[in-house]
Amino acid sequence: MCPEHVDNWFSCPLFISNEWHESCSGRKIPVYNPATGELLCEVEEADAEDVEKAVRSARAAFQMGSPWRSMDASDRGHLLNRLADLVERDRLLLATLEALDSGKVFLMAYFVDLMATIKTLRYYGGWADKIHGKTIPVDGEYFTYTRHEPIGVCGQIIPWNFPLMMFAWKIAPALCCGNTVVIKPAEQTPLSALHMAALIKEAGFPPGVVNVVPGYGQTAGCAISHHMDIDKVAFTGSTAVGKLIQKAAGDSNLKRVTLELGGKNPNIVFADCDLEYAVEQAHSGLFFNQGQCCLAGSRVFVEEPIYEEFVRRSVERARSKVLGNPLLPGVDQGPQIDQKQFNKIMELIESGKREGATLECGGSPWGQQGLFIQPTVFSNVTDDMRIAKEEIFGPVQQIMCFRSVHEVIQRANATHYGLAAGVFTNDIDKALTVSSALQAGMVWVNCYNAMSAQCPFGGFKMSGNGRELGEYALQEYTEVKAVTIKISQKNS
Amino acid sequence: MLRTVFSRALPGLSRLSVCHYSAAAIPAPNIQPEVHYNKLFINNQWQDAVSGKTFPTINPATGEVICQVAEADEADVDKAVKAAHNAFRLGSPWRRMDASHRGLLLNRLADAIERDSTYLAELETLDNGKPYAVAYTVDLPNVVKCLRYYAGWADKWEGKTIPIDGDYFCYTRHEPIGVCGQIIPWNFPLLMQAWKLGPALATGNTVVMKVAEQTPLTALYVASLIKEVGFPEGVVNILPGMGPSAGAAIAKHMDVDKVAFTGSTEVGHLIQQASGSSNLKKVTLELGGKSPNIILSDANMEDAVEQSHFALFFNQGQCCCAGSRTYVQADIYDEFVERSVERAKRRVVGNPFDLKTEQGPQVDQEQFNKILGYISSGKREGAKLMCGGGVAADRGYFIQPTVFGDVQDNMTIAREEIFGPVMQILKFKSLEEVVTRANDTKYGLAAAVFTKDIDKANYVSNGLRAGTVWINCYDVFGAQAPFGGYKASGNGRELGEYGLDNYTEVKTVTIKVPQKNS
Repeated sequence: MCPEHVDNWFSCPLFISNEWHESCSGRKIPVYNPATGELLCEVEEADAEDVEKAVRSARAAFQMGSPWRSMDASDRGHLLNRLADLVERDRLLLATLEALDSGKVFLMAYFVDLMATIKTLRYYGGWADKIHGKTIPVDGEYFTYTRHEPIGVCGQIIPWNFPLMMFAWKIAPALCCGNTVVIKPAEQTPLSALHMAALIKEAGFPPGVVNVVPGYGQTAGCAISHHMDIDKVAFTGSTAVGKLIQKAAGDSNLKRVTLELGGKNPNIVFADCDLEYAVEQAHSGLFFNQGQCCLAGSRVFVEEPIYEEFVRRSVERARSKVLGNPLLPGVDQGPQIDQKQFNKIMELIESGKREGATLECGGSPWGQQGLFIQPTVFSNVTDDMRIAKEEIFGPVQQIMCFRSVHEVIQRANATHYGLAAGVFTNDIDKALTVSSALQAGMVWVNCYNAMSAQCPFGGFKMSGNGRELGEYALQEYTEVKAVTIKISQKNS
Repeated sequence: MLRTVFSRALPGLSRLSVCHYSAAAIPAPNIQPEVHYNKLFINNQWQDAVSGKTFPTINPATGEVICQVAEADEADVDKAVKAAHNAFRLGSPWRRMDASHRGLLLNRLADAIERDSTYLAELETLDNGKPYAVAYTVDLPNVVKCLRYYAGWADKWEGKTIPIDGDYFCYTRHEPIGVCGQIIPWNFPLLMQAWKLGPALATGNTVVMKVAEQTPLTALYVASLIKEVGFPEGVVNILPGMGPSAGAAIAKHMDVDKVAFTGSTEVGHLIQQASGSSNLKKVTLELGGKSPNIILSDANMEDAVEQSHFALFFNQGQCCCAGSRTYVQADIYDEFVERSVERAKRRVVGNPFDLKTEQGPQVDQEQFNKILGYISSGKREGAKLMCGGGVAADRGYFIQPTVFGDVQDNMTIAREEIFGPVMQILKFKSLEEVVTRANDTKYGLAAAVFTKDIDKANYVSNGLRAGTVWINCYDVFGAQAPFGGYKASGNGRELGEYGLDNYTEVKTVTIKVPQKNS
């Protein structure tokens, strides 16, 4: 199948109250194709004033008696399913936009990102009318029950690595629970979110329920996290900015905060694993999406007996990667997202060389244009090196050696992060012991990056707080109200 | 071409207000819908009965035969159970399917039913006699909603991990039970089919369903849709047949793991006994009722009269939860009776395909005779016949909307389920008295109270021994809310999350670990 040829783009407006608006300031954001460096188009740039408009629109849509508040829960679910149908209808277009805007391989966008987006929307479509409060046997002559109400206006700030999928992960649980949303897509990748805005209107969501305002973090993002009339903020991005969001919430109205941040995820390979399989899983666990995953298995701990062989095979696998235009079939790695990321990754690669890790392959930029970096593998990495401690967010794999279970658990947990981890072993005791001991929100045993809409996702420690996906996400978008009614005589 | 178009364009967004159609919005029905399917549905194939026998299904508005239908007996049940058993084997496509995909198939079935809802409503009216306007605006949309609701549950029915004592990792799996026998009645053929299939399939079971001999046609058409949308063969098998033969064969079958029955309390007893005599298959029953509808003196009179009328007369009085004992507080009794009689006299009885009709025929001769018998007993035992009381037409099974006043608790019409358009109005004085009298029945399916007083509402609803209690409303159902009976009205709950319990076997898995940590 071929991606759509897209031309005739113009400036894309902001989406507020189911209408298209120019930015208050008149400023625009240039949107680039990272594979070529070309300007794709411009989008209106939201700043504090536009965020204010969007919040007012979301607040109005959340008033008691509004169409959204008085809608059957099952109808909210139905709208989400309808949106999923429309995404499915426009799957080719969305995958193309996504590949152009973010540089991800088109076939990945089509088969992975789009599939996950559709499934996530359908999953939460199914939850909408199954969010149950309780009736509770309190002491005394009372009838007590809880209502699981929506929180209100939710600000959502999403990153550029999985623009569309992150959009779905955020709006789906929020809308399922009856909230209204002001969502700021990343300035690097606003296009798929703006198309989703059009589909949201087409699906029939009432005006103001979802408002899409692309802008910069320091302006629009900051306006959201500080806003006195936003009840909750959900952020996915770097740990550094996560800290700012948390501070902003404390500084403003104590809005509820959920954060999904970075990781330096350990992938632990024991000598009794299926070696070929583990090499492949560790490879895709790091290099998927150009290494731009919060989940990237960026510290591969390999047990000593198989270390040499593992490194050899990993290098061979990394060397076989095909870089190029992400729209073309046969390409399996695209460019990094922008110059800033590119520079950061190259800097960390240099630090690896300088600090004494063995550069097995790669280590340099690739190609004549665009922001490509060669698949890079470092071996003999020690825990104190920067490449072992800092999140690189690029195609750079670190392979370390370990000797015992106890040692590797300690070393794996010796980080402020705690997002994910992998364990490769055939031994049931090792699998259960290690997975219990790892301080990570997701642990994969004999697999990596196995994710699904039903399974909760989130971090321990500085990788974030709260969980997305699964039933657990509903808690983050619900405010519990206990109602206690005096009755003349309670009976069990 | 800029867009890839997927063929499932859903028929419009009017779904959002699907239960608020005015008569003007209902398409004129085809009064002679064609019957496409009249055989047994086993393993995604249409088959004659092993015996070759057939039985007629009748149009109750005219008494005429619609067509012959294959009649399943024990040998056919055997074949169906084998097919369902095979579809359930470990490693089968159904067992290996993603739970979310089971949900997707249920959603597709809902879509297909929605697509064909005009035809299905016509066929339902032809076979059952319910007014087309009701089949189209109530039965069909609720079928679709039920299936969509359970589609959503498929990948959300979660086991637990459990912190037991000792060095163990312990968790539960919520597994399907296996082959589920489902025996459904004739009063809401399509809806009862959806109520049964939804939770059973969402949780991954396979099904052998016996549909009522009075109303087999719509269920068989749905079978064709089940195949169309892609359920693997053997997952759903549908058998038209008689209770004492096919139904009994299912209830006593050694390879059926669970039976769910909706019907009379009398047959419910038989099903439970059959389970005990055979393999102790799990049993859930949704049986009869003699539901009390309590009107306090502070109720909104107009509203209470209309709701009470609806509570009894809906679906020709053929509802397990019909409000068939209307208890009215003494000081408003006379006015309530007068208004109820006036409303009953206005009830439009006639050709179910006529959009103005409120009440069609009873479903068959047997029911017709039984109801007339109860009416006679009412007269004989001294209840006051206020209106109706006789046959309403020359052909078909039409009975006049009938109201009895001054009914006493010990009269037959106050104790036994009539299942017809016969309303009993009784008088009471105090709350304590009426709760006691309301509970004085072997049944316990539903109840209602009409009052504005928050304390009285709580007191009465807490005190009534009934599975569903309505306050200032009646017959309000939602796929989300559990429904079932206390006492002889049944056991187990259908609908809601609770409905999943009946179709689940909980397996606890406990794994020894070297050292457990919290």
